[in-house]
Amino acid sequence: MNRFTFVDCATVDEALSQMKGDAVVKAGGIDLLDLMKDGIVSPPKLVSILNVRSLHSIGLTDRGLELGPLTTLSEIAEHPEIQQRYAGLSDAAGHAATPQVRNMATLGGNLMQRPRCWYFRSTDFDCRKKGSSDECHALQGENQYHAIVNNKSCAMVHPSSTAVPLLAMDAEVELTSKAGKRTVAMRDFYVAPEVDLQRETAVKPGELITAIRVPSPAAGTRSAYQKYGEKESFDWPIADAGVVLEMDGRTCRKAAIVLGVAAPTPIHATDAEAALRGKVIDERTAREAGKLAVANATPLSQNGYKVQLFQTAVYRTILLAAGQMGRDPSAVG
Amino acid sequence: MADDMMVLDPEAQQEKQPKVGETKTASVLFGIPQLGLTHVDRQVPVDEPPPLPENSALKYVGHPTVRYDGVQKVSGRGKYTADVHLPGMLYAYMLGADVPHGRILSVDTSAAERYPGVKAVYVIEHDYGGIAELRDPKAETPSRYPVVRYAGQPIAAVAATSQAVAEDAAKLIQVKYDPMPFVVERGDARQADAPLVFPGPADAAGSAGGGGGPKDVPQTGNVHGPEKKTKGDPEAGFKEADVIVEGEYFTQVQTHSALETHGVVADWKPDELTIYASTQGTASVRDEFAEVFKLPKSKVRVITEFMGGGFGAKFGAGNEGVVAANLSRKAGAPVRLMLDRRQEHIVSNRPDSHQKLRIGAKRDGTLTAIELISYGTAGVGTGAGTAGPATNLYKCANIRTEENDVFVNAGPGAAFRAPGHPQGCFAFEQTIDDLAVKLNMDPLDLREKIDESPARKVERQIIREKTNWRDRKAAGADTGPVKRGMGIAQSVWYRFVDMDSSCEVRVAKDGSVEVLSAVQDIGGGTKTILAQVVAEEFGIPPHNVQVRVGDTRYPIGPNSGGSVTAGSITPAIRNTAWQAKQKFLQAVAAPLGTTADNLELRDGNVAWKDGSRSVSLRSAAAKMPTSEISARTTRVPDYEKAKLTYGGVDYVELAVDTETGRVHLEKVFGVHDCGRPINPTGVISQVHGGILQGISYALFEQRVMDRQKGYMLNANLESYKIVGAREVPEIEVELIENYIGQSSTDAAGIGESAGIITLAAAIGNAFYNATGVRMRSIPMTPSNVLAALGKTSGEMTV
Ligand SMILES: Cc1cc2nc3c(=O)[nH]c(=O)nc-3n(C[C@H](O)[C@H](O)[C@H](O)COP(=O)(O)OP(=O)(O)OC[C@H]3O[C@@H](n4cnc5c(N)ncnc54)[C@H](O)[C@@H]3O)c2cc1C
Repeated sequence: MNRFTFVDCATVDEALSQMKGDAVVKAGGIDLLDLMKDGIVSPPKLVSILNVRSLHSIGLTDRGLELGPLTTLSEIAEHPEIQQRYAGLSDAAGHAATPQVRNMATLGGNLMQRPRCWYFRSTDFDCRKKGSSDECHALQGENQYHAIVNNKSCAMVHPSSTAVPLLAMDAEVELTSKAGKRTVAMRDFYVAPEVDLQRETAVKPGELITAIRVPSPAAGTRSAYQKYGEKESFDWPIADAGVVLEMDGRTCRKAAIVLGVAAPTPIHATDAEAALRGKVIDERTAREAGKLAVANATPLSQNGYKVQLFQTAVYRTILLAAGQMGRDPSAVG
Repeated sequence: MADDMMVLDPEAQQEKQPKVGETKTASVLFGIPQLGLTHVDRQVPVDEPPPLPENSALKYVGHPTVRYDGVQKVSGRGKYTADVHLPGMLYAYMLGADVPHGRILSVDTSAAERYPGVKAVYVIEHDYGGIAELRDPKAETPSRYPVVRYAGQPIAAVAATSQAVAEDAAKLIQVKYDPMPFVVERGDARQADAPLVFPGPADAAGSAGGGGGPKDVPQTGNVHGPEKKTKGDPEAGFKEADVIVEGEYFTQVQTHSALETHGVVADWKPDELTIYASTQGTASVRDEFAEVFKLPKSKVRVITEFMGGGFGAKFGAGNEGVVAANLSRKAGAPVRLMLDRRQEHIVSNRPDSHQKLRIGAKRDGTLTAIELISYGTAGVGTGAGTAGPATNLYKCANIRTEENDVFVNAGPGAAFRAPGHPQGCFAFEQTIDDLAVKLNMDPLDLREKIDESPARKVERQIIREKTNWRDRKAAGADTGPVKRGMGIAQSVWYRFVDMDSSCEVRVAKDGSVEVLSAVQDIGGGTKTILAQVVAEEFGIPPHNVQVRVGDTRYPIGPNSGGSVTAGSITPAIRNTAWQAKQKFLQAVAAPLGTTADNLELRDGNVAWKDGSRSVSLRSAAAKMPTSEISARTTRVPDYEKAKLTYGGVDYVELAVDTETGRVHLEKVFGVHDCGRPINPTGVISQVHGGILQGISYALFEQRVMDRQKGYMLNANLESYKIVGAREVPEIEVELIENYIGQSSTDAAGIGESAGIITLAAAIGNAFYNATGVRMRSIPMTPSNVLAALGKTSGEMTV
């Protein structure tokens, strides 16, 4: 790991004034330190925001839920009202990573963690994503964990579990810089590789995530999230799905279905969403939606199995949200 | 222990043994309690202690005993190699090659040498990491540096005042390569036009723990072999068969992933080289250091007080050891060199396999012929044979095996818990299961017919009685997406004895008792069983015995590989303790006013056999004429020449989610035997470990190599996946006692035959029972499972 200076900030202003040049924000530090130890990033300065008290909060009002970016995944998972009104978000926070990671991981850091790809995360390889070569090794190489959708230029995946329900729930992210505050909708938060391979998110240099806001769910809303891995303990998702259903009795008024680690960024499965609109939710409609969710998949040489896995993840998570199926034992991580 | 050691000739083994002097006839316990115990006569050395009765008649041996150093381990007081801190100690880091194949043109260390904090730099000129060596070294242009044959192969190292400085400085070493074409995948390497890993035939030596392959076999391209073995007339056997089953199986490369990585602290002093080593063999490490550095063995001391796992990969000096000692000599200071996790993943592994099996049988199950053809890669090493189970598990007169090693440009294979057997068992025990299907026989009933082992017969009976086996349904009977099944598989392992098993027992004038041996406790609980055996002789609780092991200053001990430790060292311990006891009783009898034959040691006392009197051990010891009484012996040969094996039967219950490809284990029930269990707690704990490692191998672990650049992609514990707490099913283990009448303790090790061999096969058989589909490759990840179920295309069956 490279040598660096470290500043511990107590206020947002202090942090913003320290965020100059190549300085990097550190929250829980889980992803950042991994990247530094592996030599993928070598920031000269870390600006720790972990002790900025004003960013560590959970607020629930009639307008919705407002989370400070330092709220940990465990705090979100354990919050009774979030469990009740935003079940999908609490599921995601409670099933990401491992208990130890969740105790340390912050929501802001979880959204901002870098994508997963073992070629990107190894100094052994130059690649298109790193800007050091024009190759994407995953396309020809070992790609069992890579994207099955939008994977033509770079097949990395973004593993943020919380981003999945937040996108499905139409959340927005508040960004603060010395110039002031602005708000970005979750649907505009992640930048797809075909738009810009380097940016990853809408966050600009000098900007800090200062809040994540989730609107109040409409009447009859039910949500769920499930994460599938190769194992439960200490593992990354190979497929995850977030579902928000606005229900009139057994009929679905409106559905949001979001897939994590299917593409380089979390994506809406729009055909599947459309197929549920106005339908009675049952196993048949749920399975049909599952198929549609990955109908446009273009799997690589080793990840065809993820197509099946996402069909399953989607149909079972729809049924879980609708209260017609229990939590899937294959997704209890 | 090497696969090929299964054909180890007991005659040859005896030759190594010291000349047996006068003998006497002893009536020793024999058999398995469930089948009825008897006594058999054995010729034993005259000074052999009286035979032990069965475990239930003993006080400490055979009874569950708390781990001797458990508190030290869990409280952090146990000092492992990486915890050793010597005054002035330096930290070292080895730079690995960043090409998978190539000649080194130059190594420029000048920038590293100038780096502040660097005390010594060393460039490797000979590899000690298990790379095969050319039969004809002239096949390659001579060079000062070894040819790089795998990415990550150590090239040079730096010792510095801190680990960070060492790593930074090592990265300043400039290596110029002449890169050569490479191949990292077994199938690719077998192609006629594949790049050659070696320009001519090459062989690997193996270690004290086994590994390595045969030397006198042909080599064609990258294929080292076949090693052909034939018993009987296989062609005739297949002709005689009523049914023939065939199967093709694939297993992956598994890395050792011990909690403690490989490493040493080397302290080079003019009068002695001291090596604190994370090793399975203090003796083998001492011998290799003495040889490499041309030092008398008396001037090399190896210390392994606590050891964090090896699984077969840690026997020799290793590159890390030789490099650390050289750096220590150069710097004039102790040097610590522990591999990092990435290096640990690269330097050793269990080879993969591609196996084709054919088994012929009569309608009643009698096996008429077995044929196995296997290819496996041990990277730049050899030792990928898998024929152990097919050759040794069941009765069959006609067997033909052909084993091939395939060289690729990846880290060398090494001995790994039951070398060859998990791979072999995965293929063989599933093919036997297929035979049962074809014969319409219950898999346990088929084994009653073909298995001659009385121990496994008892073990199967326990499985029948204590599991849900009787409720087993037809294959694929469940209709929903989640399907349940049960399966079993059996293991075989061999009795090896290391005659280099010595120890000393001392009694001090205050009655304290001490046992000393160079044998190391690699986590299996050796210290505990040593304490128990001494305790039994002295009539004192095991924790009152001071156990000192893991130091070559003590009498030499066995290397811990191939499950040899308990069976080799405990008879020496018992004989020594017994002799020390005789000496002690003789010394105190006269001061106590009696003769030694009237006395015994019981409940912490010296007691008169007629029950008339007793005095505490402590007060009796105070009457010793000298301040110490000591005895020292070495292992005597097994009482009778025999090829003995151990084994086990493991039962698995699982659920397969056919729409996610997840395999959920629900229950494992294992019944195992290892002679006389000395500490059932320790044995059961090892079987638990073996079962977990077996589950991990079957479901998760897999080395992933990138074919484009030749690097391992998952050399970490994040993408190299190991079973975790959430994947552990309910596990129940039972032991059977199997008295074999071979030594004064009749103990045997359990490390190999402990679940690691059987689990993949048992899970495979249960998977078949659940789904009606055979898993032909492991690990059974969603990717492999969905492929086996025909569900990778994107079409979902509703
Ligand atoms: C074994 C394992 C399994 C895992 N599985 C999952 C999983 O299933 N699902 C999942 O979601 N995650 C998973 N993770 C990842 C883990 O959840 C993230 O690494 C963690 O959430 C990051 O949060 P942090 O606070 O530690 O971020 P840090 O490492 O501190 O920061 C990450 C990035 O975010 C930036 N950043 C942090 N806070 C802000 C802010 N307020 N404004 C602007 N930028 C900011 C930092 O500059 C940095 O670039 C796993 C991790 C491990 C080790």
